[in-house]
Order: sequence, then C-alpha cells, then structure tokens
Amino acid sequence: MGSITLKKVTKSFDKTEVIRPLDLQIDDGEFVVFVGPSGCGKSTLLRLIAGLEDITSGSIEINGTDATSVPPAKRGLAMVFQSYALYPHMSVRKNIAFPLKMAGLDKKEREKKVTDAAAVLNLTDYLDRRPGQLSGGQRQRVAIGRAIVREPDAFLFDEPLSNLDAALRGNMRLEIAELHQTLATTMIYVTHDQVEAMTMADKIVVLQAGVIEQVGSPMDLYREPANVFVAGFIGSPAMNLIEGPEAKSRGAKTIGVRPEHFDLSMDGGEWRGVVGVSEHLGSDTFLRVEVEGIGTLTARADGEFPARHGDTVGLTPDPERIHRFDEAGLRISS
Amino acid sequence: MARAITNNRKIINTTAAWLIGLLIFFPILWTILTSFKTEAQAIASPPLFVGFDWTLENYQVVLERSNYARFLWNSIFIAGGSTLLGILIAVPAAWSMAFVPSKKTKDILLWMLSTKMLPAVGVLYPIYLLFIKMGLLDSILGLTIVLMLINLPIIVWMLYTYFKEIPVDILEAARMDGASLRSEILYVLTPMALPGIASTMLLNFILAWNEAFWTLNLTAAKAAPLTAFIASYSSPEGLFYAKLSAASTMAIAPILVLGWFSQKQLVRGLTFGAVK
Repeated sequence: MGSITLKKVTKSFDKTEVIRPLDLQIDDGEFVVFVGPSGCGKSTLLRLIAGLEDITSGSIEINGTDATSVPPAKRGLAMVFQSYALYPHMSVRKNIAFPLKMAGLDKKEREKKVTDAAAVLNLTDYLDRRPGQLSGGQRQRVAIGRAIVREPDAFLFDEPLSNLDAALRGNMRLEIAELHQTLATTMIYVTHDQVEAMTMADKIVVLQAGVIEQVGSPMDLYREPANVFVAGFIGSPAMNLIEGPEAKSRGAKTIGVRPEHFDLSMDGGEWRGVVGVSEHLGSDTFLRVEVEGIGTLTARADGEFPARHGDTVGLTPDPERIHRFDEAGLRISS
Repeated sequence: MARAITNNRKIINTTAAWLIGLLIFFPILWTILTSFKTEAQAIASPPLFVGFDWTLENYQVVLERSNYARFLWNSIFIAGGSTLLGILIAVPAAWSMAFVPSKKTKDILLWMLSTKMLPAVGVLYPIYLLFIKMGLLDSILGLTIVLMLINLPIIVWMLYTYFKEIPVDILEAARMDGASLRSEILYVLTPMALPGIASTMLLNFILAWNEAFWTLNLTAAKAAPLTAFIASYSSPEGLFYAKLSAASTMAIAPILVLGWFSQKQLVRGLTFGAVK
C-alpha cells in the first residue's frame, strides 16, 4: 500500500508562500514525477510529504490515514537524497542495515536483507567499504539499497541523478525504472529534467511558483498542455510559441507548434525564413529559422535534410497540431 | 601543478622552522634549565646554559614549602569541571544554532564572541562583589563557573563550526530511516562530531588550566590552582628565580604532557574550517 493524498496543502517560509493551496492524489504503485524549474517548490513539496518540513496548512494522508503531524521516522516512506546522504563513518553494509536496525530487526535478519539488496544492486563486493571509497554511481546505489531494504510504502527521490555524469545518469534512470517495475511500489521523483520526467513517469506533476500547472501522463502533457507554461516546459527541444497576427488569425493570443510538427521544404511552405544554425544529429536535423514577422522558430527535419546556414526554407505547421492559448495563457480546446 | 621544491629549499625551510620553533620554546626551556640551577647560578652573568651544577634542591624546597598536590588537584578540578560544564551547555546551544537556526542566530554568535573583546578587569569589581555576596570567593565551584563562562563563547563557536560541517541531509536521512532523536544523536551525529567535540574539550581544558587573571583574583588558599602556586613564588618570596622556575615547571608539566600527546587533535581543532 502506498497511496498519498494532499489536501489544500500550503507551505510558507516566513511570509513567502512557497506552496499555494494544493491538492494532489498519488495512487498506490504509481511512478509520479514532480517537475519544474528551480525554485518552483517541487523539492519542498517532496519534503512536506516526507515530513522533513511541517506544512503550514492543509493535510497529508498516507494510506488513508492522516499523517500531517506524524514524524518522518514513522511515515513509512524512504528517501533518496541528491547528495546521497550516506553515513560516512559506517561501512556500506552498516549503511544499508541502518534502517533495519532502527526498525529493531535482529542481526541475522538484517544480514540476510542486506545481502539480498546488495546482490540486486551489484554492491556485494563493496559491502565492507566506506562511502568515501565508492564512486558516485556506487554511492547512489547504496542510497537506493538503504531505501529498499526497509520495504517502504513509497520511495521519495530528490533529484537523485543530478550529481552523476551524463552516461551514468542514463543507466541509473533505467535501473530506477526497472526497480519500479520489480517492486511495484509508489515512487515520487523530483527532477528539473523534463527528459527524466517524460521517460520515467506514469504521472507528471508540473509545478511553477508553488502551483500545480498540470497533472497527467507524459503523453497527455505532450499532446494537450493545459497552458503556455506546460507547453513550453514539456518537450525537447521546446515548443515554438508565437504571438501576434499569426496567432490572432487563428483566434488565439498565443499559438504553439512543436519543432517536430513542421513540414519542411526548400521551396514553398506557409512561413518562409532564413536558416541561422542547423544542428545535424545524424538521425535528425534541428534548424533555427528566422521568419519575418514571427521570430526565430526551431524545426526538426529529417537527418538528410539539405538546408545549411543562410538557406531559405519553408515551414508549414501541421494544422491538426497547432496549440492555441487565450489571453490568460490557458489552452483553447479545438 | 604542484609547486616544485628543490632540496636546498627544503633544507632552508626545515632550518627556519626549527629556529622559529626553538625561539618560541626558548622561554620554557630556560625556565626548565633554571629550575635545576642554584639561586646564585640562576642570576649569573653571563648566563649559564648547561655548564652548571645540576641540582634538585629547588624542587625539594618547593615541595616542602607548598602543598603541590592540592594546587594540582584544584587545577584539574577547575579546568576539568569548567570544560565538562561548558560542553554540556554548549552542545545543545551549538546544535540548535547549526541545525535549526533562527534569524537572530548570527547576531547571537557575534554577541557572544564580543564579550571576549572586553578586558576582564572591567567586570572584576561586580563579579568580585557577587562572589562575596554568594559566598563563592575562594571556592572551586565559583572558579569553575567563572572559567566556564569566559570560555563558553569559544566552545560554542568551535562546536558550531564543527556541526556546520555536518550535512543536514545526513541527519534527515537518519530521520527518514526511522531513527528517533536519540538514535539520530547517538548513532549518526555524535560519531561524526566526535573529533570536533574532543578537540574543543582539549583546547578549553588548556585555556582553563592557564587562566591566571580570575584564578589569582578570586582565590586565596583553599581553591587556588597551579597559577596561584607559581605566583606565590614571585613577589612574596622575593626574587628567587630558581625556585620560581621549579614551581613554574611543575605547574606547566602536566599540561605540556597532555598537549604533547594530543597535538594532532589540537592542530586540527585550531585550523578547522580553514581547509575544506
């Protein structure tokens, strides 16, 4: 069991409201990602769920019971920190066994669980080392090991991969996703990286300035962003947001077209512009095109698309996939 | 790139370091040497370095005239007591300042330290009167309290800097791992802060041991520690350098030995935070 319900939760530091009244339902077994720019309150929200910060008003329920004033130790949640937060004076074995010791398990049981967890996480050879003697990826695995041995109701991850290099980050992302499939335990994962959010989540919660902008599956958010902020935040490269006469002619304040939803041609096309930078990635080519009266647009073309710097190209947005937003920045449903 | 150090340079550096070390140590060495001379040799001109008749007479006289053991015990009680008392008060104080700071925490820290900028003699009169009223004059308890109070700002500051070095994440991880406050302190914080607590205690013990202003002014015979023992050989006895030196040597010997065996801790304590 691992369902978490937030009801009208707020958090203020002094007089600054970091989390505005917020409702959220996290179901048992879900992989939920909190994503948003830095300072949006996503880490604070995680810490409120963990109990490391007290909420200012509202309530938090874990498995249907009110946990608002339950201390972190008693919430049955495990957390993996960005800094790993391993106990530097303890061996890997003792680090992983620590939550079991706190739970009052006897030595034999502890030893068995630690051995099992170490086998799952490829840490068997490192059990007698200190955290200081491990690489970043190994430390992260120890932190995860410490979280899984206690079989929590839910895992909380606070930007767990941001201290790792790019290659390792990709691997660990897969490992965490696999872990979720194996354990089927609720996971809440905080990141500022929308690629992590898109690839891992069952449900993404997009936050900005302490407010939930949208909750939904990765593809829901991609297909139907609720507002301009989500439209610009989800998707890589970011959606082109266009204001002015082009938007007005379509009955909107702002229109959005994703780079991958343009039809590109060397001749013709609805909007014509000059290529500034073209990035050839092999499989794709990303073009930065300066269109008069509209601005700079990013477009994704086929890897073999021949455009070079200075060429004039034509861009035709797929009419089915033009997103329209009103004065308040909210989506206009077609 | 590491800076290249030539062999010549190394020799010069080593010699210079030894010279400076000897220069600093010289007064202590001279005191120790003088304590083994006769009174006449002690004031001989030119001064005698080693070519004198080594004698233990001064020590015999000092031991006969004064009750060294009592002074020593008083010193141990006062330095040890004020250190323990100070740590007991400073640990929770530094703890809360480091881990649950408020807006005023920095101000309080600075204010505490600013009390050290006041010349002690400025508050001698009120404290002396308070001691008379409270019957604390010439008592070990009174002196322990005063020495604890004057060193408390330093203890709190040192512990605060040590605790500050402990990442809060680790304490929070312990909380998430199901640790109660007691377990968190016992299994996570204390082991991590132990070197800091140890060197703070050591430094405070030495400061309290060597403190002379309050110990001389607030004691007479009963609670007098070793500082008073040394002082008793300066003015009232006239200028007996050899005996004064013997008394001084006996007073500093215990702390010198303690310092020698714990120099690693001490150096770490004094330079902590300088290098991350």
